[in-house]
Amino acid sequence: MFQIKKRVELSDTITRIDVEAPWVARKIQPGQFIILRIRENGERIPLTMVDCDRDKGIITLVFQVIGKTTEELNLLREGDSILDLTGPLGNELPLEKYGRVAILGGGLGVVSIYPLAKGLKVAGNEVLSIIGSRSKDLLIMEEEMRETSDSLDITTDDGTYGRKGYVADVLRDWLEKGEKIDLVIAVGPAPMMRAVAEVTRPYQVKTLVSLESTMVDGTGMCGACRVTYNGETKFTCVDGPIFDAHLLDFKELMARRRMYSEQEKQSRDDFLKCDHGGCRCHQ
Amino acid sequence: MSPMKPRQPMPEQSPEARAKNFKEVALGYDAETAQTEASRCLQCKARPCVSGCPVGVDIPEFIHQIKEGDFPEAIRILKGKNSLPAICGRVCPQENQCEKFCVMGKKFEPVAIGRLERFAADQAVKEGSDHPVEVAKNGHRVAVIGSGPAGLSASGDLAKMGYQVTIFEALHATGGVLRYGIPEFRLPKKILEREVEYVKALGVEIKTDMVIGKVLTLKDLFDMGYEAIFISSGAGAPAFMNIPGENLNGVYSANEFLTRINLMRAYQFPTYDTPVYVGKRAAVIGGGNTAMDSARTALRLGAEVTVVYRRSEAELPARKEEYHHAQDEGISFKLLTNPIQILGDDKGWVKGMECIRMELGEPDASGRRRPVPIEDSEFVLDVDMVIVAIGTKANPIIAKATPDLEINKRGNIVADKESCETNLPGVFAGGDIVSGSATVIEAMGAGKRAAKSIDEYIQSKK
Repeated sequence: MFQIKKRVELSDTITRIDVEAPWVARKIQPGQFIILRIRENGERIPLTMVDCDRDKGIITLVFQVIGKTTEELNLLREGDSILDLTGPLGNELPLEKYGRVAILGGGLGVVSIYPLAKGLKVAGNEVLSIIGSRSKDLLIMEEEMRETSDSLDITTDDGTYGRKGYVADVLRDWLEKGEKIDLVIAVGPAPMMRAVAEVTRPYQVKTLVSLESTMVDGTGMCGACRVTYNGETKFTCVDGPIFDAHLLDFKELMARRRMYSEQEKQSRDDFLKCDHGGCRCHQ
Repeated sequence: MSPMKPRQPMPEQSPEARAKNFKEVALGYDAETAQTEASRCLQCKARPCVSGCPVGVDIPEFIHQIKEGDFPEAIRILKGKNSLPAICGRVCPQENQCEKFCVMGKKFEPVAIGRLERFAADQAVKEGSDHPVEVAKNGHRVAVIGSGPAGLSASGDLAKMGYQVTIFEALHATGGVLRYGIPEFRLPKKILEREVEYVKALGVEIKTDMVIGKVLTLKDLFDMGYEAIFISSGAGAPAFMNIPGENLNGVYSANEFLTRINLMRAYQFPTYDTPVYVGKRAAVIGGGNTAMDSARTALRLGAEVTVVYRRSEAELPARKEEYHHAQDEGISFKLLTNPIQILGDDKGWVKGMECIRMELGEPDASGRRRPVPIEDSEFVLDVDMVIVAIGTKANPIIAKATPDLEINKRGNIVADKESCETNLPGVFAGGDIVSGSATVIEAMGAGKRAAKSIDEYIQSKK
């Protein structure tokens, strides 16, 4: 069992939890993820490692309430436990000196770029961060990102905070102005990552994205998370989750994300109908 | 006693009934039938059956005890060589192993050794006569990676020799392929759980959620005080055909489809949270046992199922029994047929599979006649789901984390067939991660040999 030591709500739908997982905390690196299963009948879901305290044996996870499992995860309080937690999974981002690195996070993607920004900053890179969300109240981890970046730009789709528009717009301006960028990292919804890839493609700036594919085991055994990369099939869990955006088939990726949308909706609707599982008929 | 009695048939659920449920198809012998079948054994001196068993079970001896009605003694003899008889009695391909060599089989039908093994194991549970023997610990620790058939069998043997064994399992549940791969209707989970409990009762500790190569390296394990390591991580990575359309929605690897059903119990969605997509018409590509398991599972979930296999009936690698079960349940077979591409709709879902007919040409390296395409014989199979069951490749995680460990071109760990030694001292490997996809009993045989050489290795260090 893996106990929740601390729980903070970052917005109405986004929550941060610190979980005691000493084995995982000892090894996990920026870019890697874990898979958890809340209880016996639960599904296995991947979550990116946002932060970790190796001495205390604690890893920090952030999730957005989008389906039944995250609804349930959001019901857990400090002192409650998660049944299974496996990791570290996937490959880490090599924390080398790349030079000037533009790091873009859209929506929940900000939680995934935070450890990368932090690690790259420590490795001596100039970290230029751009974070964005649909609206001001959905923007998360602004302070943390500011602390770990040399500069921080903010966008909102509706213009309620920062520049009105998308994170890719800011990057496009930089590149058009002739700013020299050595590496771009973008994490967020697939359309956002694809937009960033299209912005950087003409400038041939290496652009990495981190994928959140559907997974079951997360160890290369099932192939649920496969993507077409440079014309070949790769598995997000063992070959990724970080890939060169210019070589990814985003159209396929987006279609695959919708594979279970009907079941996901049914599952969540049933759960909410039953008083957030208060009926216990889902356990 | 007359050896002329016919081989006793296995009572089964009717094909109509079982096509709609996940309960075990084969129901098992009762005591009387088992004793009748046991009386068919000639108790011949040569014991050719034993040489056909990868773990060397004393077959005539345990059969003799069944005939005499001493069932506790029968299970004691079985467990002396085989830690998992209830599983082997169900899933071993006996027709290619022990039963293939049975003298009775020369003129008549071989003794139903597998069915008798299953009977003895199930009977022991019924009577509560199956107790592990307490063994004094020798103070030496061994780490086993993976709780599948190879890992369980090595651990059981090592524990019986007094070793303190810890199994590190990557998933949240034990059993490896016995859990995620083999369906309930062939191997009920409660049978697996019983066998795992037995191994635990021998003093074996099992840590789940531990992906070795990620959470701990082999070096970490040695540093923690384990004196030897047995890698039995399984084959693991699904192979695909590399044809267009393979990443469409509605295309599964057999591993994923079966894992969703068997490990995650998606067939009980939404009571269990993991979803699975089942089409109206499914194609299963491949002719092995995994293809049969996938086809029969999809059928039970309401799909109309066609198995597509590029060679002919004679080359089907599946056990005959599984093939016949699948046919009886209403699965159709398109043999000498090979998929060329999977067709998708504008939303990225499967809407058909283009195939080409094949004929058999000259024998290839495997000795089987090579299937060659017949020109202009393409046709489209009307399906909305495809399951790719063409085998597995080696899982890369441990090899990647252990650059010194010797692997072959295909990514499998190189280990001595007999001793299971790898190129690294104290590191042994066996089962599918070494051999590529094989059978449960072959993996158990490797586990047994590994236990023996790990014992020799540790004793020689003293």
